[in-house]
Order: sequence, then structure tokens, then C-alpha cells
Amino acid sequence: MKSIVVVGASLAGLRAVETIRREGFEGRLTLVGAEPHLPYDRPPLSKELLAGDWEHDQVVLRKVPYEDLDLELRLGVGATALDLAEHRVTLATGTTLAFDGLVIATGSTPRVLPGQPDLDGVFTLRTIDDCHAIRERLDAGAKVCVIGAGFVGAEVAATCRRRGLDVTVLEALPQPMVRGLGMELGAVLARLHRDHGVDLRCGITLESIEGDGAVEHVRLGDGERIDCDVLLVAVGVHPETRWLEGSGLVLDDGVVCDETLLAAPGVVAAGDVARWPNPAFDGEVMRVEHWTNAAEQGVYVGQRLLHDDATPPAPFAPVPFVWSDQYDVKIQVAGRFAGQDRMEVVHGSLEDARFVAIFERGGRISGVLGFSEPRRVMQYRRMIAERATFDTALEFAAAAAG
Amino acid sequence: MKIVVDYDKCTSNAVCMGIAPEVFEVRDDNFLYVLQEEPPEALRPKMEEAVRMCPTQAISIEG
Repeated sequence: MKSIVVVGASLAGLRAVETIRREGFEGRLTLVGAEPHLPYDRPPLSKELLAGDWEHDQVVLRKVPYEDLDLELRLGVGATALDLAEHRVTLATGTTLAFDGLVIATGSTPRVLPGQPDLDGVFTLRTIDDCHAIRERLDAGAKVCVIGAGFVGAEVAATCRRRGLDVTVLEALPQPMVRGLGMELGAVLARLHRDHGVDLRCGITLESIEGDGAVEHVRLGDGERIDCDVLLVAVGVHPETRWLEGSGLVLDDGVVCDETLLAAPGVVAAGDVARWPNPAFDGEVMRVEHWTNAAEQGVYVGQRLLHDDATPPAPFAPVPFVWSDQYDVKIQVAGRFAGQDRMEVVHGSLEDARFVAIFERGGRISGVLGFSEPRRVMQYRRMIAERATFDTALEFAAAAAG
Repeated sequence: MKIVVDYDKCTSNAVCMGIAPEVFEVRDDNFLYVLQEEPPEALRPKMEEAVRMCPTQAISIEG
């Protein structure tokens, strides 16, 4: 292998190039990024950076010199096409890059609402430029409305309250994150936000977004009008695979990979775009949009690409993990579960600011959620990785509680 | 090799504890304790993994 191209210059792409060099690859290594910035960290965009506590230099991902990586950096230019047969990537400038190995790490793009009007003050939040544009409005004392009570919407609402700004959060479902967490835990999140002064409306329908040039208010299905000068649309993301359409790669809500994240010979995918069967969960096919997954997959694909195909490495089999900081609560989730799975609260109670809940699937512990209990969450994450039975987890909990 | 934690950045996600419990421990007070500030050289790969996987980039290695 003489040349490797990594498309996507965020966490997964950066970890991939770092790994490729660490593994001793001495050929040509190109990192392509659609944004003009060097790789930076996204979690602070809804928290410290948006709050005004941090600046750009504090979210830079790599603190040591890039020279050490001997990269050809192509920033501010996205990839537009992949020719799988010829092993070539086309960039937006028309330039083509030949490769022997390719890492696809193009992340994801925020969804917008059907018929979303093009008004000033309507935002999505994905990039540092988005963050700075919203922050400028918050600095000016904006009245904020957030559509969607997922992680991004909830964190932005928390940041707004911390800045003393009025914020309304509109959620179509009956509780925040109800699909993932179920009604009971969704209600805990709802209470957390209402206790901090968020005007949270669940189960709403959105009738229209109105304004003359700039957003002025949203109208709900029941006719109520909610005034705002910033409207954040935080209704999830879709994997950024548009440039791969017609390439011959299998696309199905992401790039379909094998259990070693290989999408085609010499082509691997990492981060939000990768869909793969995870052996840690009986081969459940998943796509994970979280930080830790991007970091772990970036490292893994760097090694995978340099591996001899005849002797593939051990499959990528992690226990997914995500955290969210809202007010003074650290929410951590590991493993796989959904609202309908059996749940037991094993430490604390849902009335407390600190608790741990575990989830059961097929007799095993499949997931854990903690409020400000990082030590416990990591202990149960380990049990999930070891495929412990749910009863074993309950016994551990009883013993730990003394 | 010396392990340095930037406690202004650490938010106690305990990912490092999951990787190397012999070096990193988040206790019930939700603070991170470094059990071995100068871990043996054999632990370097694990320490480097902890640096890479720290969600807030709070860990660094000196030497």
C-alpha cells in the first residue's frame, strides 16, 4: 500500500491518520476535510464553547504538531465522488486523488424540517461556525426556541439557562428521548429541565415557522404562538453519504461494512457514517453517532487498513458509550437498550439527582444509564462487555449497595 | 513516564478507569484519582489509549 486517503477531518479521520502513522505506514497520507478548520472537538459546541467559557483554541483536537504526521492536508474542500473501480476520490475542486487505501469518515449532517423556511435566526448546530453564529445571538440576549429534546437540543437549552436566557424546547414525542429511554426516564429528563426553568413542551405538533426575513415565532398545532429570535432545529442527523451514491458501495442509512468495518477491498468506514454488525450484541447491525465510537473506530480502521486481508483482525466489538452534561448532572449511557426493555434502578432512585438504571435483553445486561454515577456506569459497562447475565448484574448491585 | 491530568478539563467520565483501573480510579465522590503517577513502561500502550479515548482530552503523558 503506497497511498492512503482519509475523507473526513474530524475525530474519526484524525484518529485514523494518527494510527496509520503510528503503525509505521510511510507512504503518502492525505486528509480531506470539508470544513476549513483543523480537526476540532464537537461536544463543547453545545456546552463550553456556546456558553462563551471556551474559545476555538481550547477545542482543537490535536495538541502536538501536525508535521509529525507528514500529511497532505486538504481542508475546506469536500469529496464529491468515489470511483471504486479506479480507486479514485474526486474533490469539489475537480481534483482527483488516487488511493490504495481509503478511510470514509465523513460524519453526519443535521436534518432539517420538511418545508423549513429560509429565515435569518434559524440554525442547526454541527460545526464550530454554526456555534459561533448562535453564540453571537446569545450574547445579544436572544430569546431561544429549540425544536427537538435530544442530546443537542437538551444541552443547548441547559447552556441557555446557564446564561440566563429564556428558552422553550418543543418535542413532538410525549417525553424527551422517549424512544431510547422510555417514559419513566424521559420524565426524569423533563423534570431536570423544567426545574432549571426551561419551558419544555412535549407532544406538540409544529404548524409553521413564521417571520419576515428573520424568524419571529413558531406556531403550534393548537394555535399557540411562541416568540423567538433564535430557532435551533435539533432533530437529529443523517450520515453524510451523498458523495458515495452510485459508487457501488452498499449504502443503507450509512456505509454498510463487515464486522471489521471493511466496506470494500481497501475501503473502510469510521464514525457516524459506518454501519456494521457488532459481535458484542449478537451481530446487531448498528450505526453509532457518538464521540467515543468515532474515536475507537478511527483507531480501529487505521489498523484494519494496514492489515493483510487474508488474516483479518478481531472484529470491532465495543460497548457503545455516550455522555451528556446538562446543568450539574452527568448523564452517561452505555450499551444497547430501548424504551420497551426491562429496566431496574439499582443505585439511588429516579427522584434523586444520582442514580443508575440497568437494562435487560435476552437474559443479559444490555445497557446502563447513570445520572452522575460515572464509577458505577463503567463497572456495568464492563459487565456488558463480558456478556454477564442480568441476574449477575443485580447480584453485583445488591452487594455494592451493601 | 508521568501521567498528568488537567483537572480543569476532567469531568470524570471514567473512560480511563475502564481502560486502566490499575492507574485511574473515579471514586464515589466523582473525582478522578491517579493511583500511579509514574506507571511502569509496560503500561504505556494502555496509557496512550487512555489519552486518545478521554472524552475531554484531560490526560497527557510526560516523558
